[in-house]
Amino acid sequence: MSSQPHDARLVGHDSDTSGHGSMGGYVTGFILSVILTAIPFWLVMGNVLNDSRLTAIAVMGLAVVQIVVHMICFLHMNTKSEGGWTLLSLIFTLVILVIALSGSLWVMYHLNTNMMQMTPGDAMNMP
Amino acid sequence: MLNSDLLKFIFGRLTIEAIPYHEPILIVTFVGVAIGGLALLGAITYFRLWNYLWTEWFTSVDHKKIGIMYVILAIVMLIRGFSDAIMMRAQQAIAFGSNNGYLPPHHYDQVFTAHGVIMIFFMAMPLVTGLMNFVVPLQIGARDVSFPFLNNFSFWMTVGGAVIVMMSLFVGEYARTGWLAYPPLSEAAYSPGVGVDYYIWGLQIAGVGTTLSGINLIATIVKMRAPGMTMMKMPVFCWTSLCTNVLIVAAFPVLTAVLALLTLDRYVGTNFFTNDLGGNPMMYINLIWIWGHPEVYILVLPAFGIFSEVVSTFCGKRLFGYASMVYATIVITILSYLVWLHHFFTMGSGASVNSFFGITTMIISIPTGAKMFNWLFTMYRGRIRFEVPMLWTIGFMFTFVIGGMTGVLLAVPPADFVLHNSLFLIAHFHNVIIGGVVFGLFAGINYWFPKAFGFRLDPFWGKMSFWFWLVGFYFAFMPLYVLGLMGVTRRLNHFDDPSLQIWFIIAAFGAFLIALGIASFIVQIAVSIRNREKLRDFTGDPWDGRTLEWSTASPPPDYNYAFTPVIHDHDAFADMKKRGYKRPLEGYRPIHMPRNTGAGVILAAFSVIFGFSMIWYIWWLAALSFAAILIGAIVHTFNYKRDFYIPAEDVVQAENARTTLLAGGV
Repeated sequence: MSSQPHDARLVGHDSDTSGHGSMGGYVTGFILSVILTAIPFWLVMGNVLNDSRLTAIAVMGLAVVQIVVHMICFLHMNTKSEGGWTLLSLIFTLVILVIALSGSLWVMYHLNTNMMQMTPGDAMNMP
Repeated sequence: MLNSDLLKFIFGRLTIEAIPYHEPILIVTFVGVAIGGLALLGAITYFRLWNYLWTEWFTSVDHKKIGIMYVILAIVMLIRGFSDAIMMRAQQAIAFGSNNGYLPPHHYDQVFTAHGVIMIFFMAMPLVTGLMNFVVPLQIGARDVSFPFLNNFSFWMTVGGAVIVMMSLFVGEYARTGWLAYPPLSEAAYSPGVGVDYYIWGLQIAGVGTTLSGINLIATIVKMRAPGMTMMKMPVFCWTSLCTNVLIVAAFPVLTAVLALLTLDRYVGTNFFTNDLGGNPMMYINLIWIWGHPEVYILVLPAFGIFSEVVSTFCGKRLFGYASMVYATIVITILSYLVWLHHFFTMGSGASVNSFFGITTMIISIPTGAKMFNWLFTMYRGRIRFEVPMLWTIGFMFTFVIGGMTGVLLAVPPADFVLHNSLFLIAHFHNVIIGGVVFGLFAGINYWFPKAFGFRLDPFWGKMSFWFWLVGFYFAFMPLYVLGLMGVTRRLNHFDDPSLQIWFIIAAFGAFLIALGIASFIVQIAVSIRNREKLRDFTGDPWDGRTLEWSTASPPPDYNYAFTPVIHDHDAFADMKKRGYKRPLEGYRPIHMPRNTGAGVILAAFSVIFGFSMIWYIWWLAALSFAAILIGAIVHTFNYKRDFYIPAEDVVQAENARTTLLAGGV
């Protein structure tokens, strides 16, 4: 498929990629993931923080940390892999996610406040 | 009793009443389609073409053949979608006062829904994908896309979605909800029939194909460019294709998710978008426009790329402001995610939200305007050749600017409160989609047809088609601007005020001119095939082209390029011609190519059966066909006969034939 016929398979996997990780990387990732899963479990089951909102924030924070661990240890993402394309696509994904989520929250919040059920009288007196 | 239970088990809710034999219009259509279809199948059988079609086309993983098949699908669906359009125009032109016209509301509502869905998903999308599929690998000097089987599979899934939509014409009914199926109308409580289910499953099956082909083309552009072609040396069409596919990959999952939630509402009784039990229909509208706005840029960006290629070729100049063109495209890609709320300004989001989205909408016209100036400056002091693709481009520049200006007008929230849901809006988006996307795709078809088939399209009928389309467009949609300003709302099938009728008659006349434009296009193809020897191009470069695809033969050999080209400048082929490039005539080697496979057709066929049985609640068949999809996909992974080598002798033969042609043709 790629340029030369005989070494097509070799060329297919560009040599500048970061390879497929090492045993050490996977073990580190695994241990970190277990720890980052156990802490929220403990926070919820033991009711450690005594405040459900604080617990929810902590669980989500730890989830974000775990996402980063997965990306680095299991998906081998760094600034150089695939000539920077993985980092670029990650940034693009984050931008789109932030736009879609924060935008939706903002829009839906406004719709919710402006569109609450009203009597016909209220509706007629709307500005 | 047992008998009816058994029937219900076997056929779900599919009964003999689902066949609309009491609707004369549909019966006549069905008879026409049946006769035409049988004639086609009979002809294929008589000329013994089944084997040829199956081995050379249906199972092909060649990006060029898949691209051509996409374009054929799009033209077939254009005719279907346009039939809907002209039916609506005729209805609105006559349905005044005591005359109810010939389409009852039940039927009219299906017609406008089907028109929107088909034109966007099954006409514009396949045409865009088809041109990208055909052109992008050639322009970057690749032999195929990154994942050739996936490409074939994507195409057949798109066909599968189209088949589901077409099926609704004769079995059951289509949605009566408008092309985005807003809840709560599209919920089971208000649309209990199969219409919305046809809508959902048609889009979901086609959506798999669209998303996968987006992934495929991104990988192709990022990984398979010829040596020397850095990102900033890529042709502009490749850039716009890249951005379009990025948009596809980022946006289509949103559509898939929101339709899946609607499916859950309809099938298992969840309440995501219902009015009660905590459901929120506005969430559907919010999410579907997060997909929907990028979608219009998915359609128009490749058209911008086509215009860029056409303008620089037919003015014999390098494109003015290449870098600004690239950055404008990237800026549009990002900004297209920041404007979705302008589709529902009036639905209660309030002043601060509306002003934010109004301003972002106006900002997005800046990069688009920059592109327009780049094309104008490219034409400035160029030696312009008014061939058919260039005519479409100039028609686009006039028409699209009008559409863009009415768009900026609609972006002002207070103006939108007056104009929303009116025919002004209809006129606006047809103005940009016909003036931008359709004109661009016709320019692209006329421009790349000689590359695909080795002969040009007949210029006389091409010009007829262009002028009928252009004039027809203005006749059809300028009256709608007027009517919209007078406050006429969209999607009506009957009017009371007789003073409006004249405008609808003018619009119907415009639709008739567009019909002549489409007919001229088909005549153009027929005439060109008949006169192909006269229109033949031996050089592979009929337009004095500037990008790489014109450096190979027309039609290109299966392997595209016997030697991978090395790129030194953008407009690679113009650069090669300037430096006196000589085709290498020996040293050919065997070429490694992907092998054809029928797995794509088979998996898509199972998907159609799955969609059909889900629509009609035939659960046993749904389970069986879903299992068949999974098993088929797993079996395909064990197919190790995926590649082969084109022997060096075959390459020598093909290239020598070209050498002879070049010597004789020049």
